[in-house]
Amino acid sequence: MSVTSLLFYVFSAVLLLSALLVITARNPVYASLYLVLAFFNAAALFLLLGAEFLGLILILVYVGAVMVLFLFVVMMLDINLARLQEGFLHYLPLGLAVAILGVLELAAVFWTAPLGHIPAPGAVPADADNTRALGELLYTHYLYPFEIAAVILLIAIIAAIALTLRRRPQSKTQDIGRQLAVKVSERLRLVDLRRPRP
Amino acid sequence: MPTLMHHWTFAIPEIWVLVMACAVLLVDLFWGHRSPHLAPVLSVVTILGAMLLTTAQWGLSGSSFAGQLLLDPFTIVAELSVELLSLLVLLYSPRYLRERGLYRGEVFVLLLFALLGSMIMISGGNLLTLYLGLELLALSQYALVALQRDNPRAVEAALKYFILGALASGLLLYGMSLLYGLTGSLDIAQIAQGLVNVGADNFVLTMALVFVVAGIAFKLGAAPFHMWIPDAYQGAPTVMTLFMATAPKVAAFALVIRILAQGNAGAVEIWQQIFVALAIASLLIGNVVAIAQSNLKRMLAYSTVSNVGFLSLGIVAGNANGLASAFYYVLVYALMAAAGFGMILLLSREGFEAENIADFAGLAQRRPWYALLMLIIMFSMAGVPPTVGFTAKLAVFQALVQAGYVPLAVFAILMAVVGAFYYLRVVKVMYFDPVPENAPQLARDGLASAVLSVNSVALLLLGILPGALLATCFHALQGVL
Repeated sequence: MSVTSLLFYVFSAVLLLSALLVITARNPVYASLYLVLAFFNAAALFLLLGAEFLGLILILVYVGAVMVLFLFVVMMLDINLARLQEGFLHYLPLGLAVAILGVLELAAVFWTAPLGHIPAPGAVPADADNTRALGELLYTHYLYPFEIAAVILLIAIIAAIALTLRRRPQSKTQDIGRQLAVKVSERLRLVDLRRPRP
Repeated sequence: MPTLMHHWTFAIPEIWVLVMACAVLLVDLFWGHRSPHLAPVLSVVTILGAMLLTTAQWGLSGSSFAGQLLLDPFTIVAELSVELLSLLVLLYSPRYLRERGLYRGEVFVLLLFALLGSMIMISGGNLLTLYLGLELLALSQYALVALQRDNPRAVEAALKYFILGALASGLLLYGMSLLYGLTGSLDIAQIAQGLVNVGADNFVLTMALVFVVAGIAFKLGAAPFHMWIPDAYQGAPTVMTLFMATAPKVAAFALVIRILAQGNAGAVEIWQQIFVALAIASLLIGNVVAIAQSNLKRMLAYSTVSNVGFLSLGIVAGNANGLASAFYYVLVYALMAAAGFGMILLLSREGFEAENIADFAGLAQRRPWYALLMLIIMFSMAGVPPTVGFTAKLAVFQALVQAGYVPLAVFAILMAVVGAFYYLRVVKVMYFDPVPENAPQLARDGLASAVLSVNSVALLLLGILPGALLATCFHALQGVL
């Protein structure tokens, strides 16, 4: 067994194990940390395949940005763990049945019609640069879907802001502009204390 | 790359809508608080411009972006129809939105992006573009439904719609991935070629088509994938319901044309059979359950399910004739649904939704013209001649009988008779029930009532003179298949 295939099995095994721990860990913070580990191993697999750009992007975007955000959210939410786990055993038989059914169906598909006629990828030339290849494809052949995907992200931003940004009249936010524009007459009232009021 | 960008001009209507939607967003951000009418007026201009640009492409055909965008007669007719339907939504909505504090730029921007999604779906020639268009449309719709955040029913509707919509997208995507695995391509034309080698009796192909059809059936709202429709239609603000019931249905029908009729023409027996089951279930559930509804929005939701059943009959026929009649049906249905929900919009006021059938009691005495329009709409939905609903049903039945599905046609006619009951009940309530004593004052809304009049009279006129639209639909699909 070559070193590459040994590495492949090690990374895959750790990936599968950490993926399993993501869904079985009792504490959501641990679950997110296991997910980080899963991402790292997936990135390593990408590197083994020679897709260094995808591997680095996976770490930069998912581990660096998405998962950190995830961890923050998980830590900020006050999740009642006991209540979350209440239904687990209750739903287990149904979930297991669905999972087994799915696996059997997939097995049936591959048993009756193996996808053998898909040609294996050819040998990679030594000077292959997949960052360049990806970029060329994205901005030429896949330009149209690439732009549409960008529009979808724009929609996500607009929708998220439109749904969450609301002016609540009773909230105690400070309006800096109004604070600075305040006049003396609004804040200060001169009262003459020497003369008793009638 | 000249070969790739050669026909980028084919995408001009899409590019126009995208650029203008971004412009509306920015204009509303900077000047929206001073002049709230700027965004809606600009949106109307955008849609009119898009209709003009689409019409300018009449007669052209071809593909661009390496087959990811198809321009053919179907693209043009279907894009024109979704633009017209979005325009109707914009014209119906201003007073309703103002009264509910929703007269904001985001609503119009999201509507424009939803329109863009529909257009991308209609002109998509690649599974990737079709899926991205679908997601663009769906995301905009989820946000539109949820925008009324203080209304718990709207939030519930949005959540249900979102979760079930995500599930349906997953099903569709899984089917698409199997198709890709079988043929090694995402391109519709290459899939059609690849399937010749695979053969129609392939088990994986059946699996793929079951998933794809399930996803499409969900987007169309065919039973048994209709569970989201009644709750989403009832809970969403009526303007959003009006939109959900019209343009996205045409876009979902485009998926049928692109993925099934064009991409999987060789496997027509497989998806035909699935649509037979969908049609029977939709006709049965849609028509029978609608009888029990006292809420008009819910009733119209079940009427959507039954109408999707009728439309599936045309797909069952499977040939160009059947698909053309189904296309005609979906256009006519969208026009009828626009008028039906438009009437609910018109009769609603601040803090009051005229969504119960009882709210229409004695409408003929209070507003005879509105009652007459509603009569036309209900007759058209029931399929009473000379309205356009009758012509549409007739076209579908003709195609079905020609294709040899006589028992199914008989069953569909029986279900149409059942359906007539609940449409005619609304007419009975309007004309023969007394006006309730605490009936709320009707609002004045010149724009919406004018548009509704045009919309409803069009249902009557298109029924009397069906030739032009029918011929256009046949021409549109002849050029595609």
